[in-house]
Amino acid sequence: MSTNGKLLDVQHVTVEFHIGGLVGGTLLTAVNDASFSLESDKPEIFTLAGESGSGKTTLSRLLLRDLEPTKGKVLFEGRDLSTIRKRSEFTEFIKKVQPVFQNPFETFNPLRRVEAYLLDTAINFGMASNRRDAAEVVDNALRNVGLSLDEVRQRYPHELSGGQIQRVSVARALISKPRLILADEPVSMVDASLRMEIVNLFQKLRDEQQVSVIYITHDLATAYYISDRIAIMLRGYIVESGPVEDVLDRPAHPYTQLLKESVPEPTPKQRESWAKHIALGATEVKEYGRIGCKFAGRCPQVMDICRKADPPDVQVGRQTVKCYLYSGHGENAAAGSQS
Amino acid sequence: MTLLSVKNLRAYYRTEVYGISRTVQAVDGVSFDLLPNEIYGVAGESSCGKTTLIKVISGNTKPPLKVLEGSVNYNFNDYKVDMLHISQDELRQNVRWKEISYVMQGSMSVLNPVRKVIETFRDIVDTHERITDKKKFLEQTRAHVNRLGLPTDVLNAYPHQLSGGMRQRVAIALATVFQPALIIADEPTTALDVVVQRGVLQMIREIQTTSGNTVLLVTHDMAVHANVADRVMIMYAGRIAEEAPTETIFDAPLHPYTQHLIHSLPMIGEKSTKASLKGAPPNLADPPGGCRFHPRCPYVMDVCRTKVPDLISVKERHRVACHLVEEGAL
Repeated sequence: MSTNGKLLDVQHVTVEFHIGGLVGGTLLTAVNDASFSLESDKPEIFTLAGESGSGKTTLSRLLLRDLEPTKGKVLFEGRDLSTIRKRSEFTEFIKKVQPVFQNPFETFNPLRRVEAYLLDTAINFGMASNRRDAAEVVDNALRNVGLSLDEVRQRYPHELSGGQIQRVSVARALISKPRLILADEPVSMVDASLRMEIVNLFQKLRDEQQVSVIYITHDLATAYYISDRIAIMLRGYIVESGPVEDVLDRPAHPYTQLLKESVPEPTPKQRESWAKHIALGATEVKEYGRIGCKFAGRCPQVMDICRKADPPDVQVGRQTVKCYLYSGHGENAAAGSQS
Repeated sequence: MTLLSVKNLRAYYRTEVYGISRTVQAVDGVSFDLLPNEIYGVAGESSCGKTTLIKVISGNTKPPLKVLEGSVNYNFNDYKVDMLHISQDELRQNVRWKEISYVMQGSMSVLNPVRKVIETFRDIVDTHERITDKKKFLEQTRAHVNRLGLPTDVLNAYPHQLSGGMRQRVAIALATVFQPALIIADEPTTALDVVVQRGVLQMIREIQTTSGNTVLLVTHDMAVHANVADRVMIMYAGRIAEEAPTETIFDAPLHPYTQHLIHSLPMIGEKSTKASLKGAPPNLADPPGGCRFHPRCPYVMDVCRTKVPDLISVKERHRVACHLVEEGAL
């Protein structure tokens, strides 16, 4: 299979949803011309970050082939996902791309023992032909997350702690030996004292199992801690992407600057600057329908052109920024690069 | 003078199903004071008793929750209220919403989806103080909303037309119509995005500064406490682990649990490895004996397994419950 060295290649995808009545109604563009790719031979943790409604979950549904793009293509190992038609082809695909969800207690049926799920997964994916082989496959997957089959045997989901059950759901995803894990807010429901164990686990998987991870979150602090690259989304657009240190240490897009400033630092030293006033949108839908840059209404450095057409992608250092400030339109183009 | 004085409060959930009784020791021997004009933060993980504590001090003790021991006494400018023995009528007429109001996590469920925001204001004001002059009520409500920096248009909007952050700010405006002495904010920004969270917390801080009342801010997010609270209480498994001014909690925490909590927080601009504590928070239906943190504590000693540590004052306004501190090792 030709892969062009890319594990995952998202090419200019757009997803539109029709909302409203049978006739009329409006089109909502949930993802707009998004492109990014993951290398095949270099496993990495790639973060998709943004506020609610920014399109990060829609994008993850595309990658799981739960949704087809209106425009553009998603290639996994060189194959266009929209050409997957047969069930057997889909099974082969989903074995390589596995999801981990936000709430681990909802992932598992509360009335079944957790090991039943794990054993079923192993058999359904053809990783084992009988229960005894399946037990070994499951035990191996559990050992990768620091548990063992004996620890979870005969246990129901509520009998495990939030951190343990989330590790079990990562182990479930590992059974089919995937190359890519899609983790949608995997730690937001986990207690603070257990959160770092899940986050560290993803790093371990990248380094020891060569699994790439797409980490979807709104929490920039954990994103900075674990990821290699990050893409910041706003209202369907990827407004800034690049190595996480560059993007979050020296944000270039005014929206990333605002986002980074708004994250409360876990220290009382910056109280005064954090308390500085910010403008908030009163209503929610307005920003989707806006022509031009979606951030224009809140941007402190807004120019006339921002309200007329979509800004282009500009390369600033190692970052890609969707902003007119860097495309030669701004009077003080460089002034915006520091927050 | 203290606004609220809670002494040795013990509140348990008691259930009996098919003859099997179960006791959950949600709040177990908690004592603290709230002063006028401060933002007091309560931090802790899920099921550490934060919400139960709020229920008891706001007068919402209903079975299976039962108060076994202790006292909850308020002093609103010489109007004294014993929250555990007050009648429901008096609570509704004089205390609730007028002296103590409540801002909840899901603002969307507070506002009636089929009525305009102004109608919700009318319902609340009418319940507590009959509206006789409609014009005056409208004027006062507009002035109140304006004072909080919200556009008056929100009063004529339906909840679904407002963004999440605006709805949460409307909920705060509702909670402050009668200028209460105490605002209890239970995870007020948990469901919100960071930029919106910042706006909402700024509003809470501004209200507190201008009206000089007290805010009890409950959230598991330590970064929020760092930026908003004046004093912070750390709860672990139904008990107070540590209480101190915010700077002290973050710069010089003494309890091993607080230390872990502070040091494990990821920060932008720093990539050093952060570890998790071993084990999990205890089940409060069957908590460990002695210090409830001992199975997870890296410095555990024999005494921790058998004896409950007292909450002792190490400095002015700094209290810790740990045997290490008692013995002078820390």
